[in-house]
Amino acid sequence: MDSGSLAWVLVSAALVLFMTPGLAFFYGGMDRSRNVLNMLMMNFYCVLIVPIVWVAVGYSLSQVPFENDFIGGFDSFFLKDITVAGDGSTLAIVAFLGMFAAITPALISGAVADRMKFSAWAIFVPVWSLLVYVPVFKWVYGGWLGQRGSLDFAGGTAIHVNAGIAALAAVMVLGKRKSGAQPPHSMPLVMIGTGILWFGWFGFNAGSALAANGQAAQAFMNTFLAAAAAGLAWVIVEWLRDGHPTNLGAASGIVAGLVAITPAAGYVSGPAPIFIGLIAGVVCCYAVRLKSKFGYDDALDVVGVHFVGGLVGSLLIGFFANPSFFDGAFEEGIFYGGDAGLLLEQALANGAAIVWSFVLTFAIMVALKKTIGVRVSDEDEATGLDLSEHGETAYRGLA
Amino acid sequence: MKLITAIVKPFKLDDVKDALKAAGVQGITVSEVRGFGRQGGHSETYRGAEYKIDFVPKVRLELVVDDSAVDGVVNAIKAAASTGKIGDGKIWVTGIDRIVRIRTGEEGSDAI
Repeated sequence: MDSGSLAWVLVSAALVLFMTPGLAFFYGGMDRSRNVLNMLMMNFYCVLIVPIVWVAVGYSLSQVPFENDFIGGFDSFFLKDITVAGDGSTLAIVAFLGMFAAITPALISGAVADRMKFSAWAIFVPVWSLLVYVPVFKWVYGGWLGQRGSLDFAGGTAIHVNAGIAALAAVMVLGKRKSGAQPPHSMPLVMIGTGILWFGWFGFNAGSALAANGQAAQAFMNTFLAAAAAGLAWVIVEWLRDGHPTNLGAASGIVAGLVAITPAAGYVSGPAPIFIGLIAGVVCCYAVRLKSKFGYDDALDVVGVHFVGGLVGSLLIGFFANPSFFDGAFEEGIFYGGDAGLLLEQALANGAAIVWSFVLTFAIMVALKKTIGVRVSDEDEATGLDLSEHGETAYRGLA
Repeated sequence: MKLITAIVKPFKLDDVKDALKAAGVQGITVSEVRGFGRQGGHSETYRGAEYKIDFVPKVRLELVVDDSAVDGVVNAIKAAASTGKIGDGKIWVTGIDRIVRIRTGEEGSDAI
């Protein structure tokens, strides 16, 4: 790795780390005021525990050796034999990928908001990282799904579809909130979180080129355009449908667009990111309503935005992939002269990730439910998790 | 006419509201308040330092009812807000001299 690329990967790693607090504010503002600190802590906890799990065993099991089909080995436990000799690029990549590992379970926190015991979350996160995140990441990057030719530039399948379907499984075990849904307690906090997420996402997507090159620049451009287009689409739909262009609609659309462009960021060009963004904005704007139709309590729409947005973006690669633009060794999408082969590989990869993630997450949640329990008491749920789980209060009217 | 004021635990508000609706009450006013009674406060710990929070969050309900409805409403609040633990709150009843509905100018029982 040349020094320019090394610098870009290190900067990108820091940008991705910043996304977790961004996500915490995005979710925390949407949550009710008595649970905002619990939401922030569920997210911050992920950047406490996951980096250690990642360095201890996660990186080795998911990436070493790269060509294994299903799971890596033990050779790089605790970064064994990874040194600064040469250019240090392996260390930079371990750190960069560790940031992705940390934010992925954090995505799930938005679904389980307002009623999950923090002690259950504390166990869920490292267990889920090892049993769900690590194998799916391996399959997609270097493993059997990647070898078959499916594409996932920065984690549409491995991260957003994976965490999104896990969120559905988790809330199915957890059950509904007793007090139902409530409107966001702080929209300014949501908008700050959205801004941080968008900023950090340039590292997430453009950094995934693992080089300072043209593909990184195009991924950067795609991240810029898809988020704008999806935010615009969502606002237009709700303006026409519900009567007002809302801040929450803009924020949700931006995040949906960022999710959708994630798998495609290094494979599409020209106007494709705008189309991907527009489609994701419209589809996710309707998908967030599915929860009332099917009766699952996904508090902050992790399924509607991350699962659906990730799936839309990943499948659209089958239409928009443009290898000649990148001089890349991957299949063409249908709009660029390819057949349906790539689209079918995308469907297979997501299908495999969905089945594994849903079944394992469901099993982890049931095991927790039968041992330590996954829900706070009804009284704690009604009084607020900030006080019951953390002994803290977010907003104090009287000093 | 009487003004009924009740201080209850915040998490009991929905139960009390449902009980009052079932008892035929037309409207209530609620506020988030803080205070202490025999329950006392609670403590929170920040960076190892303990802070005594003397005033705990409560909800205050206020509603005006006809004399004949007072017992039913008081009993409904009492039943719905009770957990049997310290800090369940209080209900008190106050006489009202005059009540006016602003929109129509109606007074007395018509304005309730």
